[in-house]
Amino acid sequence: MSADRGGPAQPILIVNGLRKYFPLRGPLGTIDAHVQAVDGIGFDVRKGETLGVVGESGCGKSTTARLLMRLIEPDAGEVIFDGDPIGHRGISIRELRRNMQMVFQDSYASLNPRHTATEEIVFGLRVHGMGSKQAREQAHASLRLVGLEPGQFGDRYPHEMSGGQRQRVNIARGIALNPRVLILDESVSALDKSVQAQVLNLLADLKDRLNLTYVFISHDLNVVHHVSDRVLVMYLGKVVEIGPVERIYGDAAHPYTRALFASRLSMDPALRVGAAPLSGDPPNPVRPPSGCRFRTRCSLATQACAASEPLLREIAPGHQAACHALTGEMADAA
Amino acid sequence: MSAAAERISLAPAAVKRRRTGGFWHRAARHVMRDKVALVCAIVLLAIALSAIFAPWIAPADPYKTSMLRCLLPPLSPKYLLGTDELGRDMLTRLLYGGRVSLSMGIAPVILATIVGGALGVTAGYFGRHINMAIMRVVNVFYAFPSVLLAVAMAGVLGSGIVNSLISLTLVFIPPIARVAESVTTQVRNQDYVEAARATGASAGRIIVQHVLANVMGPIVTYASSLVSIAIIISSGLSFLGLGAAPPLADWGLMLNTLRQAIYVAPVNAVLPGVMIFAASVSFNLLSDSLRSAMDVRA
Repeated sequence: MSADRGGPAQPILIVNGLRKYFPLRGPLGTIDAHVQAVDGIGFDVRKGETLGVVGESGCGKSTTARLLMRLIEPDAGEVIFDGDPIGHRGISIRELRRNMQMVFQDSYASLNPRHTATEEIVFGLRVHGMGSKQAREQAHASLRLVGLEPGQFGDRYPHEMSGGQRQRVNIARGIALNPRVLILDESVSALDKSVQAQVLNLLADLKDRLNLTYVFISHDLNVVHHVSDRVLVMYLGKVVEIGPVERIYGDAAHPYTRALFASRLSMDPALRVGAAPLSGDPPNPVRPPSGCRFRTRCSLATQACAASEPLLREIAPGHQAACHALTGEMADAA
Repeated sequence: MSAAAERISLAPAAVKRRRTGGFWHRAARHVMRDKVALVCAIVLLAIALSAIFAPWIAPADPYKTSMLRCLLPPLSPKYLLGTDELGRDMLTRLLYGGRVSLSMGIAPVILATIVGGALGVTAGYFGRHINMAIMRVVNVFYAFPSVLLAVAMAGVLGSGIVNSLISLTLVFIPPIARVAESVTTQVRNQDYVEAARATGASAGRIIVQHVLANVMGPIVTYASSLVSIAIIISSGLSFLGLGAAPPLADWGLMLNTLRQAIYVAPVNAVLPGVMIFAASVSFNLLSDSLRSAMDVRA
């Protein structure tokens, strides 16, 4: 594991103004429009925490994950890893990837069907210059860490394992390089509830043992509640709210976050609401609404929301939200 | 039985695991179960072996002519399948002819698989501009009918075996490149390729270890279906005088020279055609079976 250079107070990741627009090409190959997948987001991830990222499908959660890993190039913005910017002036993308790994949602698709569990893990280790024998040992050690006995599972192909076992192999591959950050992109979403609980416990255990930091992306609000220290809420490519988990889940400020949490089913059927808290689909990210992107579905929207875009403002210590209504109320009270 | 013995008998059996085997294992098993494919494989094996061992098993010299005994019908004494228009033993020449025709069926396809596969995988993996540059050129060649292209190429290069090998290779590069490109495009968007990129691996390493193993099956299956076409086109080139030159024994060339004797000795004239037909149909049916073996995802 590489050294903790910046000290405990230095956030492991600082994201500034990260933006990714995907071009939409017309029949002649000309760029007709852009999907504004991620539009100028900024946040930081503290050492040793789990940052939950929630939002509807298509809000840019996975694009954010892939931007962090540099699997796609951002159009603008910077990512700072433990004080070092990524790119020419700081650490290389290769170095970043050794320190930050990712676990994908689809456990089957993310394993090469022609590789055994051991081969799959060995590949990444060999890339970073480890000898073949040492890499095998390290791969077996990783498999043991995720609770798979190498003698029994090491030579299995993906189709010879269950979903939970495959996802464990994916996690083993992620931790084999001794990274400091693990990005979990819907990593437990496709698993059965019982298996999901086991994998979540495994992740919690690994986090303590290996001193990891997690970026936990999920649409499952209950799971995020369970694992996260802080939660980031995204809507249509923007960060609308970020704060400690108990604030977000107990006292959400942004109207979107409140609507999102109102959509959670209560354990008590009598308390379940009949009507959907939010109607309709999110607007088209090719042509998002002017000003606040949530205004078309927001019950509090006013003229001001169409005119200018709300910025993230601190509304309580460590708790930020981007909404004109909040800052307006505060102005009235003052 | 004691409790200890019982425990011993249970434990290792439960751990022991059946290896399901890889792609080629499954394909081979499928072909073995397919009766038609099995017959085709046996026919091809017979043709191939007799062509390889022709110098040892052939009853006569393939180039020894004799005006006294030309165009003898099959089942003549000493000449099992008769003789051709120059009195050479038909059986011997058919055995020798398999050497040229089979090599001309297989060699260009292998060469085209290597070149076309490399082009297609490169285009598919890197995408965008590289894809466009490669595939535009490939598609221009693909637009020509393969026989026309082969004849034109051979015409430009001149006759001879090497030249017809080159022209056949060029004919088969575009279709193979197109198949390779489309399979690679599918594979490169799979999560496991993304995951391999996330480890920081270089493109070359990912192509060799993650992409190739997953695209070879479809490419090779497709290429195998081209062998029968290659046999027919190469025979066609020889027939037109653009391929093998006399006195070399080649099925296409034999068909051409015996054509003039078709009213005198019809069976002799048809024999090379039968060989071309048998070889190409066998290859075709075998590759069909291989293709259906591929689709079955156990």
